[in-house]
Order: sequence, then C-alpha cells, then structure tokens
Amino acid sequence: MKPKSRKVSQHVTQNEALIFEKSSPGKKAYRLPPLDVPDVDAGKLLGEQVREDLGLMPEVSEIEIIRHFTRLSTWNYAIDLGMYPLGSCTMKYNARVNEFVARLEGLGNSHPYQPEKISQGALRIMKTLSECLCEITGMDVITLQPAAGAHGEFTGILLMRAHHESKGNPRKKIIIPDSAHGTNPATAAICGYEIINLKSSAEGMVDVSLLASLVDDTVAGMMLTNPSTIGVFEKDIHRIADLLHDKGALLYMDGANMNALVGKTRPGDFGVDVMHLNLHKTFSTPHGGGGPGSGPVACKKLLEPFLPAPVVTTRADGRLGFEYNRPQSIGRVRAFYGNFGMFVRALAYIFANGPDGLRQTTEDAVLNANYIRKKLDGIYDLPYKTGSMHEVVFSDRLQTQNGVKTGDIAKRLIDYGFHPYTTSFPLIVPGALMIEPTESESKEELDLFVDAMKSIAREVEEDPQLVISAPHDTRVARMDETTAARKPVLRWKPEQTNEARQSPKPELVETR
Amino acid sequence: MPFPANYRYTREHEWIKVDGGQATIGITDYAQNSLGDIVFVELPKVGDELSAGKTFGSVESVKAVSDLYAPASGKVVAVNDELNGAPEKINSDAHGAWMVRIQLKDAGEVNKLLSSDDYDKFVKEEGGH
Repeated sequence: MKPKSRKVSQHVTQNEALIFEKSSPGKKAYRLPPLDVPDVDAGKLLGEQVREDLGLMPEVSEIEIIRHFTRLSTWNYAIDLGMYPLGSCTMKYNARVNEFVARLEGLGNSHPYQPEKISQGALRIMKTLSECLCEITGMDVITLQPAAGAHGEFTGILLMRAHHESKGNPRKKIIIPDSAHGTNPATAAICGYEIINLKSSAEGMVDVSLLASLVDDTVAGMMLTNPSTIGVFEKDIHRIADLLHDKGALLYMDGANMNALVGKTRPGDFGVDVMHLNLHKTFSTPHGGGGPGSGPVACKKLLEPFLPAPVVTTRADGRLGFEYNRPQSIGRVRAFYGNFGMFVRALAYIFANGPDGLRQTTEDAVLNANYIRKKLDGIYDLPYKTGSMHEVVFSDRLQTQNGVKTGDIAKRLIDYGFHPYTTSFPLIVPGALMIEPTESESKEELDLFVDAMKSIAREVEEDPQLVISAPHDTRVARMDETTAARKPVLRWKPEQTNEARQSPKPELVETR
Repeated sequence: MPFPANYRYTREHEWIKVDGGQATIGITDYAQNSLGDIVFVELPKVGDELSAGKTFGSVESVKAVSDLYAPASGKVVAVNDELNGAPEKINSDAHGAWMVRIQLKDAGEVNKLLSSDDYDKFVKEEGGH
C-alpha cells in the first residue's frame, strides 16, 4: 500500500477486551498486611446503609490491570504524538517543566487539610498566579475555584446576577451571538435568564446596530467570545461594551480564545467586566483525557464582593490565609480551592515563558493559523474573508458537490495520522472545518497537515467513496454514531457481550 | 423535496399546517437535512402554552442541538410521542412528522409567516448548499 504521508505507516496494536470480560472470581491485584488495629463492624455503625455486595466488579490481577490500560493507551492519539488541530480547544503542548514542578515533593504531597502555616507555599502559588492572570487579562480580582470553562461561565454569570440583585433587580435577559459556544446559552438558562439570540453580521461579527436595538434595562448582560468562534477579533468591542454599560448591563467574555490575545491586548482594557480563562487551553495544562480542567474567573472591582468564598488574603503578620467572612459572596463553587495541581502547572508555564515568551506564543499561534489559511484557501472554501487570529474556519461547500461532508474529511484525516479538526462548529458556517494549530507546531508538521488536507481534497475529486467510507487504517471502521446516540448502551451486562460475540455488529468488525 | 404549498414557514425552519382552529407544527426538510441524523427531540406537554417566536423545545442531531421556535401562539392539545422512540421519522419524512398540535390563539399570526415559495427562496439565499 502506497504511504499516504511521511507521518504514518502501519503499526501493530493489540486487541483488548473490556476489563469486565477479563474478570475471574477471586482474582485480586492487592494483598493487605494483617490488621494491626481493632476490627470495626461496619454493619453496626452504618445499619441499613452498609453495602456488602458491590455488584458486578471486575476481578483481575495486577499485571492484567497494567496490561489492560497500557494496551488501551497505545490506541490513543495525543499531542505528544502529533498535531491536534481541534479548533476552539487550543490543544497545545503541555511542557515537561510544568510536570516537573507539579511533582516537587512539597507540592505533589500537599493536602488541602494542611494547616495554613504549613501551606504558605501553596497559598503563595495561588496568590502569584492570581496576580499574573489579572495582569494578563487587565482585570482587578479573580477566583481560581471553577473546575473548567463552563463552570467558569456559570460562576461569572452568578456574579453578574448577584451584582444586579444587589441593585434591587436581577434583570431578565442575556444577549448571546449565534456564533457562541453552546455552553453560553446553557449557562445563561441555568442561571435563570432568558436568552436573546443575536444574529452575526455578514463579516461574522457582532452587528452593532442590531445589538443597540436589543439592549435595554431588562438586559443583565451579554456573553461574547473574542476573538469569535470563527477566529475573528471583534473590532467594535469598545462600542459593544459602551452600549451595554450605558444601560447598566455587563459584558461577559468567554475566554476560550485567549490564546490569540495574551501579551497583545487585555479584555479589561476593552470593556469586559467578567470573564473566564481556560488554564487547560491557554496556559498549557492537560486538556482532554480528564485534564482536569481549570476555569478561573477574573472580574472588575465592582464584582469583587460577590466572589466565591474563601479568597486568599494577606494577614496582619504578612502570612497568607483564606478569608471566609464574605457576606455578599455567591458561595463556594468547588470543594476545597479548585484544581490546585493545574495552578502549579499554569504558573510554571507563565514563568517559563515570561512576558516576551507569552507574547511570542500568541504571535506564533496566529502565524500558524494564517499559514494554514493561506495554503488551503481555494482548495477549501473560506466563508468569511475577515482576517483570522488563532484559528481558521473553512466550509465543505466545494467538497459537498461530490457528496463529501466535513465529517467525512475529518475521518479521512485520521488515516493520515492526524487528530481531526472540529467539525460542524461554529453553527453559522454550514459544514464547518475549524482548524486551530496552536503555537506548538513547527513548519514541518504544518506542512504535513497541509499536504494531507490537499491530498484528501484530491481524493474527493477522484474517488469520493474512499473519503465517505473513511477511516480505513484504524482499529475499527467508521462507528455508527447515530445509533450510538439514539440507542446508547450505557451499562455492561454479561449477556450483551455473549450476544455481541455471536453476531458481531458491522461497525465493530476489524479493518485489518 | 418541495415545501408543501398549504403549509406556512418560519425563518427558523419550522412549518405549521392549519386545520380549522388547530394547527400542527414540525421542522422543514431543509432543517432536517442541515441538522443531519436526529437523535433526540424534546417537546412540551399537553396543556403548555406556546408563544409565537419563543422556543418550545429542542431537537438534537449528531452535530448540534437546536431550539424549536413556535410559529404561532396557542395551547398544546397533542404531542407526537412517537418521535421519542423514533426521532429518525423527522429525517425520513420531515413534512409529515408533526411534533405538536396547538389550539390557535390568533389565526392571524399564521398569515404573517412565509409561504412555501418565499421559504424556498429564503433557504436558497441562506444555505447556498
């Protein structure tokens, strides 16, 4: 078989059953030392609440567990293997220096129940990171508690609501552009607001005159992503902020796309009142595979009284501590103080780069996206001609003439050794291909990607069926995503496995 | 697939078919085609009030979740429960797979909606493909 690209060749991976299917009664992966404290009868303490039958749990030996997860790990695609151009997700390299610092003994073994006086280093990290993020965003104060982006949005809109409530009226509506991440309207709805959908202009930006007609004193605020989800900077951002502020409404910024702004411009300077950051995007902490994420929320002084408690404070003797006495606080939004391990990594990233390094990072991210744009423009349709920032959005308009859609091209890209780009988002572009290379990629890797995309475009012309039926070189052929969504099987049962063995479903047939 | 001439349409891609004082509502074939395979429909209950231009439910496909906008105001008198178990009916027969039937509050609201010709023109301008 002719190699498709210098990036890939065939590679043996081992088949692996579900861990439940490997179970044999009585096998154990542990042996406990003899009990050297008095035995306690859980039944006596807990009464009816005690649970002795754990149900169906896998029973396997230690090496079986190790092999199970190691084999599964060889099926993965990861940023450490190659480019991961999943637009809007900023899948950048997670530098090893972050991991080195996070594993330092005093940090790796720290515990949230440690007394304050022996947690001074951890508190200093939280305080220093807070100061760095406030400087980068141009905001006044910050909470590090939220666990990820959508949780940050929720926290931010609760702050907005608390602010309006403190003035006597929480207001009713939040304006959200039609290009927004789906989490934005979900957040506004769960915070009790009615969503006003704002149609984008022909350039894919906020239609300022339309916005002006919608803002009144029933509007609590607007949720805006800048740069927008088509990777375009809102050039009228000052006017947008002024329009809202004139009516007492606030501007929330979804910080998902901060990788295009760090070190160049600051949301606090262009009128944003409250925003979240995704440490697992912009600040290189792990993303995907469980992260965990981290979504700090930065805001202007006017929202400070409402920040989640506790906040890090400097005591009279100069020591750091947690301040719990916050009468107007929206309350805690996360157990303990947030995903602390991510604060360590994000701060390591900030210090390893320094201000000039962070600025360079932003410039490289924008340069890489525009390199891809230039190389693929014309081969793939570019629906919005406005200048791209850190990501570029094409459409499948040219390929649909041969019956090939964005999802098919994405599947074919797997055969070329790349993680797919984001498909079908943003919704304002029918058949979107949303590509975000990040600053991590060299010109050589970008060229491999461009070659793969050009090669697929040729295949669409010459043999569309090859693309429509992709992927071909993966462990399993194309999954039936529709049936998986319509009739999901969420729980393993022994009889299902036996059935599946007797009549393998077509989508599970090995391709080689 | 042509859009039935006896239906009226919204710019949000719902159709409404009036039958005396009542009307059935669904989404257009253009909408189902843009959404792709539909996997879940969230509909109101009998007795709920729909308000013209406001959302009354949502439709989820493998690609996205989209709100459903009421073409006209009125009280829900019937819901097509069959769609819960078989959302694919919307893909195979969008103009037949009604979602809700309402008792119209103001029949005049329907006259303000797009005719099949106007809707056809609208989607050609909007989509391009």
